[in-house]
Amino acid sequence: MNERVLEKLSILADAAKYDVSCSSSGSNRKNENGGLGNAEGMGICHAYTEDGRCVSLLKILLTNHCVYDCAYCVSRKSNDIKRAAFTVQEVVDLTINFYRRNYIEGLFLSSGIFSDPDFTMERLVRIAKKLRTEENFNGYIHLKAIPGASDDLIREAGSYADRLSVNLEVPTEQSLQLLAPDKSRKEMVQPMKVLQNGIKANRDERKVLQAAPLFAPAGQSTQIVIGATPESDWQILKLSDGLYKKMELKRVFYSGYVPISNDNRLPALGTPVPMVRENRLYQADWLLRFYDFDVDELISPEDPFLDMQIDPKLNWALRHLDQFPVDINKADLNVIKRIPGIGVKTAEKIWKARRFGKLNWEHLKKFNIAANRAKYFINMRVDDFQRKDYTPQQIRNFILQTSHSKYAPNHSPQLQLF
Amino acid sequence: MQTVLYDGSWDGFLCAVFDVYEYKFTDAQIVPEHRFNGNLFATVHHARMEQVHSQRVWKGLERILSVEATTALYRAFLSEEAESEGHLLAYIRYAFASGGNMEDDLGHASVLYVVQTARRVWREKHRMEAFVRFQETADGMYCAFIEPDHDVLPIISPHFEARYADQRWMIYDTRRKYGIYYDGSTVAEVDISFEDKIDEHNIAPAHAPNEAAYQALWQQYFKSVNIAARKNTKLHVQHMPRRYWKNLPEKQPSVSPAFTKKK
Ligand code: SF4
Repeated sequence: MNERVLEKLSILADAAKYDVSCSSSGSNRKNENGGLGNAEGMGICHAYTEDGRCVSLLKILLTNHCVYDCAYCVSRKSNDIKRAAFTVQEVVDLTINFYRRNYIEGLFLSSGIFSDPDFTMERLVRIAKKLRTEENFNGYIHLKAIPGASDDLIREAGSYADRLSVNLEVPTEQSLQLLAPDKSRKEMVQPMKVLQNGIKANRDERKVLQAAPLFAPAGQSTQIVIGATPESDWQILKLSDGLYKKMELKRVFYSGYVPISNDNRLPALGTPVPMVRENRLYQADWLLRFYDFDVDELISPEDPFLDMQIDPKLNWALRHLDQFPVDINKADLNVIKRIPGIGVKTAEKIWKARRFGKLNWEHLKKFNIAANRAKYFINMRVDDFQRKDYTPQQIRNFILQTSHSKYAPNHSPQLQLF
Repeated sequence: MQTVLYDGSWDGFLCAVFDVYEYKFTDAQIVPEHRFNGNLFATVHHARMEQVHSQRVWKGLERILSVEATTALYRAFLSEEAESEGHLLAYIRYAFASGGNMEDDLGHASVLYVVQTARRVWREKHRMEAFVRFQETADGMYCAFIEPDHDVLPIISPHFEARYADQRWMIYDTRRKYGIYYDGSTVAEVDISFEDKIDEHNIAPAHAPNEAAYQALWQQYFKSVNIAARKNTKLHVQHMPRRYWKNLPEKQPSVSPAFTKKK
């Protein structure tokens, strides 16, 4: 190990950090060969950055040299920055040595485009292959699938990686045309389809033959940049919904745009990162995936932006006060899950516990519900709280007075840019 | 009130429970010897340490409770909280009295305590699986020092055994003064004695040649992934509480490694 590697690491980790997907979950790779590592279940956050994000993978670019010029990207050709490239062996050594020290769950490797997509993809695949076959490494590997790379290389990547991703970055073809004229939506979707087919085929194969080799067992994900372009939350959530349903993606990540240039096609330098909006989109995304909400229940083209002051579930509840208050002791699990201030886990706890006797407010408080919100929506005696026919606006105001956002200390409320 | 003392071990606790039933102590508290304040007015009974006793209690519990529930009991015990024995005993009494169909009765204070405390201990286990930082020594062993809130070494052991199957490693609990050591095939509990100039706070003299370089690289990585524009200290500290920092190289002053010259 030498000093040059330290410098490369600082450049190539820095350039990779805007990709927010750092999750290492969803795989099922066991350590069956007595080798190094495993990648099962949730994945571990080994550290948290000073901005509170999970550090679970060694997330780096193979290189930040790039022949393309996407306006929203720090590595774009026209940007005057220091460039660097790792060798295949350097990435392998860093991964293995970080892993052995329990710093990381594995590797997340992305890259600028060296000369053409195949040349770059071939190197990414070579690193994954080396880790798996020469180092007996069973930790997590997330590879970027480079749009434009051959189907064969994409499939080979799938045979070594746990997860692959193609980042859509901008939500519509129109914005893509404007900001990344060298790229096309079609080229981006192609590797997604190849992977989707590979994953499906592998799933079927493993049903028959348990020992069949894995193919991208943690599926594929993508990232959408928020606030760089004028798309509404409705457009974004519709896109996500389609990606979950039609492309069978495991995760869509939302990344609030961090201004990196004074290109006038983009928000100016110094524009705050839309963190609240990003958070609201994640909340809506969770409601789609774990709470059985339909996207059209959460947002509509008539009112295409999520409420920044309150979360999307509370917003939905306030628009459907006729369905409340709910009788906790009688309602279906699905109905309990929809009560503001009660999460999936808590709903299940309530549902189980009530078989042993009627639950009251004292019980609920011990279940860690967000009492200041839930009390408006459940039908029982709550301390000295007077139940009345409040209007949605009144409830909203009461709740806002008694809650504080986790983004409050460093970020004032944000302006909608467009 | 009858006070039943035991040696602080899980087996010992189960033996104490056995005696509570055996001697029909209806109003009893179980206390580990190291926490007993020697109250003059207490009537004290020392639990008889018999493996058959602890096994009978455990088997009895296994017969009427689910695996989740018996696991939760053990985990809650590892919390080492002063009120844990009381709640565990109440839970066990409730279980035997009702034939076991009570694990989801979270309206019962001790059932709720066991479930929530087990979850807290489980969270600490996860934290330690995340925050263990191995340092490679010159003879190729990977050593880590931790100071967990609860006694989690017994329950983190399987994770590290499965993951680091091809390297020798040791994890040492500096508060409880014992460790677990994996020699390449099995894990065993160990005590360690430190040599001159090497102790749990500084094992640098025993480092492998590349160890400092990798710590420096990790520190650099941790610095580079931060996005200053998104700074959120509250969230950071919530996820990485300060009490764990001393064993995390990324939260230490920069290491300046003697890099090997490029050949
Ligand atoms: S192709 Fe990728 S690395 Fe290159 S400029 Fe576009 S987004 Fe950045």
